[in-house]
Amino acid sequence: MPLLEVSRLSKRFGGFVALDGIDLAVAAGERVGLIGPNGSGKSTLVNCVCGTLANATGTVRFDGAEMDGLTTHERTRRGIARSFQLPRPFATLTVADNLRVPLLYTVNARSGPTLTPAELDARCAELLALVGLGDKATRLPRDLTQVEMRKLELARAMAADPKLLMADESMAGLSHSEVDDIVTLLVRLNERGITIVLIEHIMRAVMKFSQRLVVLVSGKKIADGKPDVVIRDPEVERAYIGQ
Amino acid sequence: MPVRGGQRVGLSFDLVINALIAGILLGGFYAAVTIGVSISFGILDIVNIAHPAFIILGSYIAYIINARLGIDPILISITMLPAFYVLGAGVYQIYYESFERRGQEALRGLSFFFGLLFVTEVSLILVFGVDYRYVEAPYIGPSWHIGVMDFPLRMLVPCLAALAMFGALELFMSRTFLGRAIAAVAQDQLALRLMGASPIRIKRIAFGISIATTAVAGALLIIIQPVEPSVGREYIGRVFAICVLGGLGSLPGTVIGAMLLGILESFTATFYGPSWAPAVAFGVLLLTLAFRPAGLLGR
Amino acid sequence: MPLFLVILIAAAALVFGGARLIGNDYVFFAGYTVLQFIVLATAWNILGGYTGYVNFGSAAFFALGAYATVFVHKTYPLPIPLLIVIGGAVSAVVGFGMGYLTLRLRGAFFAIATLALAVVLQTLVVNWDYVGGSRGAYIIRPNEVALIGPYIQYLFLLMLALVVIALTTARGIERSQLGYGFATIRDDELAAEACGVPTLRLKLIATTLSGGLMGMAGAPFPYYIGYLQPSSAFGLEYAVNSIAMPMIGGTTSWVGPLIGAILLGSLQQIATVTISSAVNLLIVGLLLVGFVIIAPNGIVGLVQDRLRARSK
Repeated sequence: MPLLEVSRLSKRFGGFVALDGIDLAVAAGERVGLIGPNGSGKSTLVNCVCGTLANATGTVRFDGAEMDGLTTHERTRRGIARSFQLPRPFATLTVADNLRVPLLYTVNARSGPTLTPAELDARCAELLALVGLGDKATRLPRDLTQVEMRKLELARAMAADPKLLMADESMAGLSHSEVDDIVTLLVRLNERGITIVLIEHIMRAVMKFSQRLVVLVSGKKIADGKPDVVIRDPEVERAYIGQ
Repeated sequence: MPVRGGQRVGLSFDLVINALIAGILLGGFYAAVTIGVSISFGILDIVNIAHPAFIILGSYIAYIINARLGIDPILISITMLPAFYVLGAGVYQIYYESFERRGQEALRGLSFFFGLLFVTEVSLILVFGVDYRYVEAPYIGPSWHIGVMDFPLRMLVPCLAALAMFGALELFMSRTFLGRAIAAVAQDQLALRLMGASPIRIKRIAFGISIATTAVAGALLIIIQPVEPSVGREYIGRVFAICVLGGLGSLPGTVIGAMLLGILESFTATFYGPSWAPAVAFGVLLLTLAFRPAGLLGR
Repeated sequence: MPLFLVILIAAAALVFGGARLIGNDYVFFAGYTVLQFIVLATAWNILGGYTGYVNFGSAAFFALGAYATVFVHKTYPLPIPLLIVIGGAVSAVVGFGMGYLTLRLRGAFFAIATLALAVVLQTLVVNWDYVGGSRGAYIIRPNEVALIGPYIQYLFLLMLALVVIALTTARGIERSQLGYGFATIRDDELAAEACGVPTLRLKLIATTLSGGLMGMAGAPFPYYIGYLQPSSAFGLEYAVNSIAMPMIGGTTSWVGPLIGAILLGSLQQIATVTISSAVNLLIVGLLLVGFVIIAPNGIVGLVQDRLRARSK
């Protein structure tokens, strides 16, 4: 049974159709890349899966359960985490405290043993070290560089201890080596058992990262398969050259 | 208005038809009051709760000039349009620099407008006192009678003026480049930039227009009823109730919402007494927000 | 935390003792107003400052407490501490109800709804003869209270107790997990949800607490003023001051509303006596607009900036 199963998902904004009958299945442990031109509905898809957007038709099933009617925070507690396209840190909290929030409200809110304050601190430190922000623990987000903010964004999504991570354009505006850093990080996370859907424009990163590639154009899925096959699909080429 | 001893009067045809007419005329006026907020809140997403304060300002300006020079208040308001436009543009500039640019609209922007509302009201009290003020014009007083129907001219003229203003704005928004840019600025700032228009400038113009409408609305208000500084507060609820009812950003929706509210208030005043009237608008607002926030015609 | 409570109670005892030493009843009358504003400002800040949801209808919750007292008093007089609990409960329930209806919407709609609530409640009260309607209600209060002395000193003491409760609650929230949750709602509600924060539930807690505290502050008011009219209970000065005092003092900490209330409250007492009450309100309004534009983090923020600049 797939970890995430999206069936005939459609979403309109007034007269504008953002998603048109999307079917997508993601197996546990997979690394899926999601690409498409601007406005093709990638972020809308993430928002619908995470519950940020409501009133979509179709179904979203996660871990065998129907997600309709669940709020975003309930879905997060079930194991869906996402990072935002434009980083949205908690501006008045320190970097470490930004990570403490999902630990307190997601990890500790789940059934099972709650983390003690000492364990919380340790988990924060571990996550910060994982993304290379260990020395920035007591700073405020506004003191971070672009790359560091994106890493914080990812770390915060990771702090929720998810089964599925949807990373929304985490690499825009980064340099060559910074992109490689993030890809390495994501692969390492995946090796720990986290299913990852990577939404990206940077083809190099997507090709390097994905085991499977899905292409969205104007709200419809036009390709879904092995990356090197999908990338040579004439319809995919047309979609990109035509934009 | 015949409400005897606070008790309900029987449903007579005269009463109902005249309550309906009064409601429609009132609704037309309410549309004039709300159209500015349709632009500032519906399109620009700026919660200008100080809007009624500008309207009262317009009323008092009409009052001063009318009392001194005897000029018709609607005429006065038309000459005041440029001044109010500049005022609106200035207020937007402050709002943008202090709040919108820093992403602080939620708490601080709201407090800013609340402060403006408050300061305006208290300043007017200090300058003019709390006595009711009114204007003189040939159409305040007489009514047209057609059969059992009464059309008080002091309500008919503002209603017609309001509809004229609405028509002019609707034409502007749909036929001119600037008007369409304003309608677009809410949805696609990138497209605007690509066309060489600065979104900030467009928003400033739009907010200026929104405040300019209050000059006219203020004059209409003081034609319809005597005005004192705290009258503005009743209109906060009305204005946002209409906006939400009619669906944010829809100009025709605003007129329909205004008519509905006008009729509702008119019937309440006729059959239950005027002291319940303020609660109608705010009650409608609360109910709409609770159960149908997209409005009747909303997107 | 218990240490903080002890210090607060000690401070309150000092204030009360000091006021008695001065021996002039006016100190108690003026002081009561300032203490009342501390409670209102602190209560407002729990919702407005901590979560970022603006309440323009503080007067509504304050007046609910006051009118609950009038209602109960007419039915069966009860001791004031009990009335405070009742007033607080009524306001808390209304706060919860209104929050439930409107907190799913954007902050702006919530703010407008609070305005609407104030007007609707005022209209209801004005039309309700049992509590006096527009004519107002008289509350006869005793002249003296055993053990304490003049009645006003008793009211002053009660309000001091409410200040201790309000400040302890605010500081307690700030340092708790709840405080983190509130801060994330203020900083970025969408991201907060994505991190597992149950934003609606927390907002409801904030609204209920805030409304409840305001109702508690309003409950003794009819005894303080003797003759309660809707225009005084629902007065605009409550709405403005509840917002101005935290915004000027600083919204991110429990200290801000305290500073704002003491400063502005005292200023207004002086201004009302020397100039006029209208000018005094004008000054508050101008200060609010000024601070919001120039010093958005209030006095506390200015002090923090100065300290941070010095430590660099």
